[in-house]
Amino acid sequence: MSANPSHPQELHPLELDQPRLAVKVPAERVDKQGELADAERVERAMSAFLRDFGRTTALYLESCIHCGMCADVCHFYEVTKDPKYTPIWKLEPFKQAYKREYGPLAPLYRALNLKRAVTAGELGEWQHLLYDACTVCGRCSLACPMGIDIAGMISQARHGMSEAGLVPHELWAVAERAAREGSPLGATPKVLAERIEWLADDNEIEIALDKPRAEVLCTMSSIEIMKYPDSLVATAKVMNHLGLDWTFRSDGYEATNFGLLSGNVEWQKQLTLKLINAAIACGARLLILPECGHAYGALRWMGANAYGKPLPFRVLHISEFLAEHVRDGSLKLRKADKSVTFHDPCQISRRGGATEAPREVLAALGVELREMYPTKGLNWCCGGGGGVVAIHRADELRYRAFRLKMDQIDATDAELPVTSCANCRQTFDDGGAHFKWNRKMHSLLELVAAHLAEPGQ
Amino acid sequence: MSLLDFARGPALLVAVAVFLAGTAWRLGGVFFLRDSKDLSEPRRAAAWKGIRLIALRSWPRREFLAGSAFSEIAGYTFHVGFLAVLLFNARHVRGFGNWLAASTGSHIPAAVPWPTLGGTSSVVLSLIALVALLATLAHRLASPVKRLISNFDDYFSWLVTIAPLATGLVLAAQPGAPRPAGLLAAHYLSVDALLLWFPWGKLIHAFTLIPVRAITGMRFERKGATL
Repeated sequence: MSANPSHPQELHPLELDQPRLAVKVPAERVDKQGELADAERVERAMSAFLRDFGRTTALYLESCIHCGMCADVCHFYEVTKDPKYTPIWKLEPFKQAYKREYGPLAPLYRALNLKRAVTAGELGEWQHLLYDACTVCGRCSLACPMGIDIAGMISQARHGMSEAGLVPHELWAVAERAAREGSPLGATPKVLAERIEWLADDNEIEIALDKPRAEVLCTMSSIEIMKYPDSLVATAKVMNHLGLDWTFRSDGYEATNFGLLSGNVEWQKQLTLKLINAAIACGARLLILPECGHAYGALRWMGANAYGKPLPFRVLHISEFLAEHVRDGSLKLRKADKSVTFHDPCQISRRGGATEAPREVLAALGVELREMYPTKGLNWCCGGGGGVVAIHRADELRYRAFRLKMDQIDATDAELPVTSCANCRQTFDDGGAHFKWNRKMHSLLELVAAHLAEPGQ
Repeated sequence: MSLLDFARGPALLVAVAVFLAGTAWRLGGVFFLRDSKDLSEPRRAAAWKGIRLIALRSWPRREFLAGSAFSEIAGYTFHVGFLAVLLFNARHVRGFGNWLAASTGSHIPAAVPWPTLGGTSSVVLSLIALVALLATLAHRLASPVKRLISNFDDYFSWLVTIAPLATGLVLAAQPGAPRPAGLLAAHYLSVDALLLWFPWGKLIHAFTLIPVRAITGMRFERKGATL
């Protein structure tokens, strides 16, 4: 579905010279895609919602006791105290659709009109809550006394919004670009090849691209390719240091998945299958995901489901990969004489389970780790995940949430804030520039690459 | 037939039947649905260990306590008081036994140990539960978050829950025996109302709490995610 089928790339030019990469501020926002009647938008949303109502989701939707405990742990509620940012409230149309159209009591609700039908107006209103005001960080899911995974349902509700053509302008634009070009931020195969050639020359390092066969397939996020190209170099340095048979592939390098973030199931699958097919094509036994939070969830936890069967290769986040090689002694590191605090990317740590891996790597680097409070799975989100950082109109809200993060990091007084997610990193760059913060977020991978021991050390 | 006979006779039978059938319908309608199989390689093969979330989520996290303390304290106070009186009040225990015998012809074996609460303990616990329930309503009305997310179900469920507590307390305050038939009928009718409403609103969480925590726990444990 397209806002305007002719030349969408011209309608959505990118802004690649700012702390946050995104489409330029649109002269006129188009937060509806396609020329659809309201009734059809609602019908499409309902169909998509209904597809997601399995046993677990139904059980969740039957069980909310409206205690409101999810509010206080959501960064957007915490910084605004606006009740509309209560996580479960963000799902109201989704709940309403379930109760009226699908649940065991639905005939009763419909017959007595106890639950109103969801309207196009409500869906439009909830766009802000489902996209601008939720990073799908999952903190709310840890606070719910019933055990409801609220964040998981936010992703499901986005499916319906996408089907209805109700995705925020910028998020839809980058997702559409990713489906069309293979990358949301213009990191096309040609751009990748050019960057690799330039980086290899500049750094006098071999960066493998398009090897027909390789044991390990490395992938990147478009943010890294376009904004943090040192990550490409760092990846190559580590792989070469370990003496592995590895490659990047121009037919499957882009791990960013804006299909997932926008709620477009088809695009999500298409982007996922690219990576899977590239790994299979080169016979990889291991696919390494880059420093990107949602890319980890998209392939590590949802990839096999998109593929329809278990993946014929292992999938590791780069921090897990580094930790494995620290553990087996093959990754030799020099000590970094710094105090560090680690920002847990929500999709990798809290919701992805790779919480200790980066800490093992930091321990191997010999840094003084100063944990934030709270930390690990309970850490505050940077405020830019879930696609929020791409949405211009969400900036003010995101900056307010970012203050929480700055305060948390300042309290540690660590010399280096470090993370393992490029999206978090650019959220820090943008938020830091906004507040003229005197700290800068660093990449775990780049820190490791800068401290690789020379042979014999 | 007197109001009391009606309340503890046919009305109670109908209420129990609605409670059982409605609960079975609602839970059955959910549990007979299917989830698609997760094909991802688990981080932890023993995902079943995630059922510990049932216990973990019963205790508030220190990190989250600032926002949840009131709800946790009021919630626990009400539930403990209410369940203690419901299950262990001496009159209730005797009543359940008699009702079981009359309905099914079977008796609770005398060998089954079942502690009972005396009148004073029951009154104190009921009062504590009642105050906690009043506090939850006050909080629901005062909190902008709770006000926004509340609907008819929240207030009606509150009403049918506090009614048996209140009528029970009034009954317990009556000196001597026999207890006034009108008050006893009111107590029975409030119980009937609670049972009749139970399957249709949020009170169903009494049956979904453990499965929801167990399912989420296993899904998260599979990934090694934070419980």
